[in-house]
Amino acid sequence: MSDSLIRLHDVTVQFAGQAVLEGVNLDLQAGEIVTLIGPNGAGKTTLVRVVLGLLRPSQGSVWRQSRLRIGYMPQKLSVEATLPLSVLRFLRLVAGVGRAEAEAALAEVGAEQVLNSPLQAISGGELQRVLLARALLRKPQLLVLDEPVQGVDVAGQAELYRLIGRLRERYGCGVLMVSHDLHLVMSATDQVICLNRHVCCSGHPEQVGADPAFHALFGQDARSLAVYQHHHDHQHDLHGGVVLTPHVHGPHCKH
Amino acid sequence: MTMPDFLLHALLAGLALALVAGPLGSFVVWRRMAYFGDTLSHAALFGVAIGLLLDISPTLAVTVGCLLLALLLVTLQQRQPLASDTLLGILAHSTLSLGLVTLSFMPEVRIDLMSYLFGDLLAVSREDLYWIVAGSALVLLILVPLWRPLLAITVHEELARVEGLPVAAIRLALMLLIALVIAVAMKIVGVLLITSLLIIPAAAAQRHARTPEQMALGASLLGLLAVCGGLSLSWFQDTPAGPSIVVCAAALFLLSFLLRRRAV
Repeated sequence: MSDSLIRLHDVTVQFAGQAVLEGVNLDLQAGEIVTLIGPNGAGKTTLVRVVLGLLRPSQGSVWRQSRLRIGYMPQKLSVEATLPLSVLRFLRLVAGVGRAEAEAALAEVGAEQVLNSPLQAISGGELQRVLLARALLRKPQLLVLDEPVQGVDVAGQAELYRLIGRLRERYGCGVLMVSHDLHLVMSATDQVICLNRHVCCSGHPEQVGADPAFHALFGQDARSLAVYQHHHDHQHDLHGGVVLTPHVHGPHCKH
Repeated sequence: MTMPDFLLHALLAGLALALVAGPLGSFVVWRRMAYFGDTLSHAALFGVAIGLLLDISPTLAVTVGCLLLALLLVTLQQRQPLASDTLLGILAHSTLSLGLVTLSFMPEVRIDLMSYLFGDLLAVSREDLYWIVAGSALVLLILVPLWRPLLAITVHEELARVEGLPVAAIRLALMLLIALVIAVAMKIVGVLLITSLLIIPAAAAQRHARTPEQMALGASLLGLLAVCGGLSLSWFQDTPAGPSIVVCAAALFLLSFLLRRRAV
């Protein structure tokens, strides 16, 4: 069998009777970068939480390699203003991490200049790098990154994706990331999973790029936009609630 | 000149409490648990009533009562949708009222309600002192190995969980430690003022701390100062001891604003 780190089989998650994820299959291999894309409310973060073991699926099974070490980079971090915490101390909250290791991890992500800054005082881009450094300190076999380039300018985003690619080469770890940004992700990933409660389509970036389901989900943006705005497959009513309209299915879609 | 016994007891009890209130109070500030502390302290009076009713030591009854209430709270938080502060408000005032109602059923018991509400530091007996010192020492001992995990869950609970920390157990441990300190502190400042001893020194130390440890230690030191100042005020001006300590702590808090914030 191959080097699977984690396998999800037919995973369904329901909140209050409402399915957020339906029949999702996922197989993450060592050394592979998998990117989850999809509109808001597609269940991307929910799927990440299942992978992390923070959420038990309502149906389906999750298999993990035994003693799988996961490095997790959360979508956001807001530390109480009253808590005086330097970046160094933040990194050393990981069990068994000394000063030298923390410094090395920061250097690895190119953020050594903020070592002694208070965590609340660094910029959004620096914080993303610090969070990535913390994930690396776990010596992860699997890196899980929830919108890793959030709050970073476009030039910084490309740079951050390149960094993630380099880290994968270096550590041979698998990477699962969530992204909103179609264009930049395409060049930085081995496999794209297009999620909209179910897996709409998946495969290599070029393959997905040519898939009708992908175009149905992202419309014009799929071709041309670097920063994409998704097309809804549903409309919102006056209260912001979701009004479902049928969406178009591609040939690989099995529901 | 030698210090009278009661004053020595009061001083030692106050100092023991201030020492442990520093680090624990810092977590109360960081994790926004002030109302949790308040709820437990209101419930302490119910513990006193139960202790008198069952004829067991009120200190023991309050300690057990506070621990049980902390457990009840954790369970309720997980099982129903009411927001934490609503739940705390319900528990705080219903347990306080339950305590007062229970006491009214025991007309033969004459207790000084004021001493429970506002503390009676100058009446701390040798036995009370042992309880207070032992309780504080126990809390400090448990806090040492829990320190880094507690910081980790305070910064980001899910990240801590992914990194393998037993988040629910650590959170529960913190609540139980706070419950223990509140039970211990009731004799010193009374149920209505306990939370102030947890949060005021920590809040005062916060502006000038650069690490979590500096804040915790600073809070302990300010607490010690407040206890010494409050007792002196009480001794020389015949003011009530518990409120005098709180007034001193509040003065130190105001003072911390006047001092220039240390450059980072």
